[in-house]
Amino acid sequence: MAAISREDVAHLAKLARIDMNESELDHLVSELGVILGAVARVQEAAAGDIPPTSHPFPVNNVFREDVVRPSLTNAQALSGAPAKDEERFKVPQILGEE
Amino acid sequence: MSEISIYSTAADMSAALATGVTTSVELTNAHFERIAAVEPAVHSFLHLDQEGALAQAAHVDAERAAGKKLAPLAGVPLALKDVLAQEGVPTTAGSKMLENWRPPYDATVVAKLKEAGIIILGKTNMDEFAMGSSTENSAYGNTHNPWDLTRIPGGSGGGSAAALAAFEAPLAIGTDTGGSIRQPAAVTGTVGVKPTYGGVSRYGLIAFSSSLDQAGPCARTVLDTALLHEAIAGYDPMDSTSINAPVPRVVEAAKKLDVKGLKIGVVKELLGDGFQAGVRQRFEEALEELVKAGATIVEVSCPNFDYGLAAYYLIAPSEASSNLARFDSMRYGLRVGDDGSRSAEAVMNLTRHEGFGPEVKRRIILGTYALSSGYYDAYYGSAQKVRTLVKRDFDKAFAEVDVLVSPTCPTTAFKLGENVDDPLAMYLNDIATIPVNLAGIGGMSLPAGLAPEDGLPVGFQIMSPGMRDDLMYQVGGTLEAALVSKWGKTLLSQAPALGGN
Repeated sequence: MAAISREDVAHLAKLARIDMNESELDHLVSELGVILGAVARVQEAAAGDIPPTSHPFPVNNVFREDVVRPSLTNAQALSGAPAKDEERFKVPQILGEE
Repeated sequence: MSEISIYSTAADMSAALATGVTTSVELTNAHFERIAAVEPAVHSFLHLDQEGALAQAAHVDAERAAGKKLAPLAGVPLALKDVLAQEGVPTTAGSKMLENWRPPYDATVVAKLKEAGIIILGKTNMDEFAMGSSTENSAYGNTHNPWDLTRIPGGSGGGSAAALAAFEAPLAIGTDTGGSIRQPAAVTGTVGVKPTYGGVSRYGLIAFSSSLDQAGPCARTVLDTALLHEAIAGYDPMDSTSINAPVPRVVEAAKKLDVKGLKIGVVKELLGDGFQAGVRQRFEEALEELVKAGATIVEVSCPNFDYGLAAYYLIAPSEASSNLARFDSMRYGLRVGDDGSRSAEAVMNLTRHEGFGPEVKRRIILGTYALSSGYYDAYYGSAQKVRTLVKRDFDKAFAEVDVLVSPTCPTTAFKLGENVDDPLAMYLNDIATIPVNLAGIGGMSLPAGLAPEDGLPVGFQIMSPGMRDDLMYQVGGTLEAALVSKWGKTLLSQAPALGGN
């Protein structure tokens, strides 16, 4: 497997919606290289025909009756909003200049 | 009963409250005095809710005076890890992203604590979003180990464990994704339990890795831990992974003090050269006590545990990269750079740059990579297969023995700053605790003594099959009684005195 490059990390940061400065990218390239080198060994163990486990115990979909239950009021739901406009969340423009 | 003080067990405090020897207000005030005296040195708490706690204490006292039947721990104080939502009380998960956030609702665990009349003193320090093994990843400063203030209190629940060891609270709540309850317990000489996955509700827990996260009880004795366990456990329809089955009878099990006929397996792979000599020595001495108490000890092999750490550091970051996408600066939490000219996406990118610390960014990027097309099968897919293999190792072992044991951590508490620049060295702390999370079973850490070479606490880990949490309490309670009788005192009574008395 090819080592992770600076361009890879910059692309991943973009996917993860995190701005990264040059020194953060430098650090991450070397750290992720070391970490990936160590964790890649899962491939040795998983070589055979083994079913994957995504969850400790088998769980099925849990359904409930479709009835109205108490929930947050508008004021409660908006209580932590960075910005609000009356009964709504106020967000920056969703269509950028570009 | 001896005099009640902040050094008493929660069980003794509970009895003293029930018989009117003390009141919850008195007890709560005594703990706030202690907190005021030692917090400058220890820094266990991110937020103290003195007003709320005293109001709650007065309420419990009034109910008791009115003759109302109260839950066993009613009136006993507790320290709450800052990753659980508590209505109206600042909840940060150790992150700048949630600075000043006050949740509009209670986590189920918090609702149960309140229902049981347990007094919540405040919120404890932790690694940001529970990612770390030293609490050094908190955005709000380090917590110091009460045994040696230059050392780490473990992580991510270092604040909860330090609060117990510093006698700032007799009870605490932690969460454990890869060892964040058990490792801090081990390095502070306290007791911590990760219940069976699904045994305690995750509703209102700020999610890190949803298939691994589990809240659990922390205390200074096995019985106190069991009492708290029963107060917070049980089925919750608000958590779709909650187990709809009776809570294991852990209090009864903790009181048994008998392991005759039990078969205990020592995991060969969790006792190698990577473990400090004094850790191995105290672990082996503890085994002798269990033999004297009538248990049979056998060695078992779990060959795939060797891959557990690698699988964990793919699965947990992958789930985290998805879970932490919710911190988008739109509905709650930090928002940076919203000056009217930037788009929502630019604000989001800037906010996540400013709001997340280095370890959280590292794990989000790692997780994003492991889940990206072209690498998914090699990394995340393989890690999920390892998870199956680890589960099979446990299944095979539990077919032969009742519980498994190991040291909780490879070493005693290391120095603050020692591993901050070496993520892999930091991750190695969790080598013995991670398999339990991958399989979703129960795990406990309790003190095994002090390592001869450095005089610091050593943790003994007990692992029990899914929903047989009672077994680890039975073995833990028996071992604790044997060791305290051998030492002639509790482990924590040997900790150095902290400021204030």
